[in-house]
Amino acid sequence: MAADMINWSLLALEPPGWGGVLLAGLMNSIKIALGGYSLGLVLGTGGAFGKLYGGPVTRDLMEVYTTVVRAVPELVLILLLYYAGTDLLNRVSAALGYGSVDISGLAAGIFVIGVVQGAYSTEVLRGAILAVPAGQMEAARAFGMSPLMIMRRVTLPAMLPHALPGLSNLWLICTKDTALLAVVGFSELTLVTRQAAGTTKAYMLFFCAAGVLYLLLTLVSGLIIRVIEARARRGWAAR
Amino acid sequence: MTKQQRAATPEARVKLPAEESTLDATALTSLPSGRALLEPHRIVLMAVGAGIIFCAAWFLRWDWLPNYAGAIVSGVGVTLLMLASTSVLGFFLAVPLGLVQVTGPWWLSLPAQGFCTVIRGTPLLLQLWLLYYGLGSLFPQFPEIRQSVLWPYLREAWPYGVAALTLSFAAYEGEVMRGAFAGVPRGELEAARAYGMSRWKLFWRIWLPRAVHRALPTLNGETVLQLKATPLVATITVIDVYAVISKVRQVTFLTYEPLLLLALIYLILTALLVAAFRYFEKRIPTRSA
Repeated sequence: MAADMINWSLLALEPPGWGGVLLAGLMNSIKIALGGYSLGLVLGTGGAFGKLYGGPVTRDLMEVYTTVVRAVPELVLILLLYYAGTDLLNRVSAALGYGSVDISGLAAGIFVIGVVQGAYSTEVLRGAILAVPAGQMEAARAFGMSPLMIMRRVTLPAMLPHALPGLSNLWLICTKDTALLAVVGFSELTLVTRQAAGTTKAYMLFFCAAGVLYLLLTLVSGLIIRVIEARARRGWAAR
Repeated sequence: MTKQQRAATPEARVKLPAEESTLDATALTSLPSGRALLEPHRIVLMAVGAGIIFCAAWFLRWDWLPNYAGAIVSGVGVTLLMLASTSVLGFFLAVPLGLVQVTGPWWLSLPAQGFCTVIRGTPLLLQLWLLYYGLGSLFPQFPEIRQSVLWPYLREAWPYGVAALTLSFAAYEGEVMRGAFAGVPRGELEAARAYGMSRWKLFWRIWLPRAVHRALPTLNGETVLQLKATPLVATITVIDVYAVISKVRQVTFLTYEPLLLLALIYLILTALLVAAFRYFEKRIPTRSA
């Protein structure tokens, strides 16, 4: 009886089935996750260095940024950044005489996820930098390296193994956070799943299929992460 | 116990370092201390902040607030109710989940492990919609369920929200409990066995209290994460504070004001939660060797 209830042809890749739509949604999710995560890493690196080595005002502003992002739900931040951000951008461009700009959903999604991830990775990278023995950075300074060169040659490579477990967790959080963009109407995997399910009334089938896709993404990411971690720790003693 | 102290004890360093550092990075677990606020640059910054808040209060539209104050308060109540019920239920589910992964037979530990992997590997929003739309569309097909006493509840949205949030909390905290059960020093368990304690007595008197004690520092972060997950239930028509604010946005067409208020409400709730945890953490004796 259960076998009759499941209509597998709904998952076919060609248009009467919805498989192709789901895969396109998955691709969108991955794009946003990759973009947002990269933006978050850039923001996080800046934030961590600002928090550790910046002046008192920079430090406090960074603290406010990470505190607010860590205390307010992602869903609220996404709405706030998405609607308020596009509205502000439109007003600015109108004031400059360019008229209203059309922001692509992809760019807005990457921006939103990036800002949230930026605060998280600030904290992870800050902890990792603190785990690097101070003597290594002092030695670099004693060699007369400029702060940028110290960062590029000593701090970043030395902290990477410490940061990787946290950063890989953040990547998994990032892939799952893309689902929240469904609420602002961006057609990533969760939203297209809901549309497919709503059209065909095969709710269980489609939500389970999307779950399998997300799980595959997580598990494949886990494999890649393990390879990267093994490589980053190749100089370390075996534990 | 502060982060530094925790990192200093060698046994704490073995225990799930990635999970704990990520927890601190994604959830607010400590508040700024009041003493350091009086430095000159902070006073200037606070003045600027007060100016921004004043501008927000003066120039933005807040005339809708009195009409919705009651709804917002009851929404906050629903949010807190969701948070408390799902955290407590989830924790009680997490204890057996962690235990069977450490000591259970394979036919218990494998499903528990699979459950944690699946829940942690898929977005909560998807799980919520799977339960609400999926199970919600499946249940009416069975006459046995339609005629049961639970049916009036199963037709509403909140049981699905509670179920999804509980399962999510249980999976994340179950992973922590697994580490906590595995991390209780073997010597303590052997000592209990040497005293002739039965397996149950050993579990209730030694293993469980020690494991819960070890998991306590993560509870703060997990609960804040749970609070940050509660607004998702608004997408399945539970009227929490997020849903109330969404309603305000639809009625008034305002972009900034309702969302800023919502962010402020969640900031305050998180701060209260962290303060409460700090209060209770001080009461619990922590002396780790």
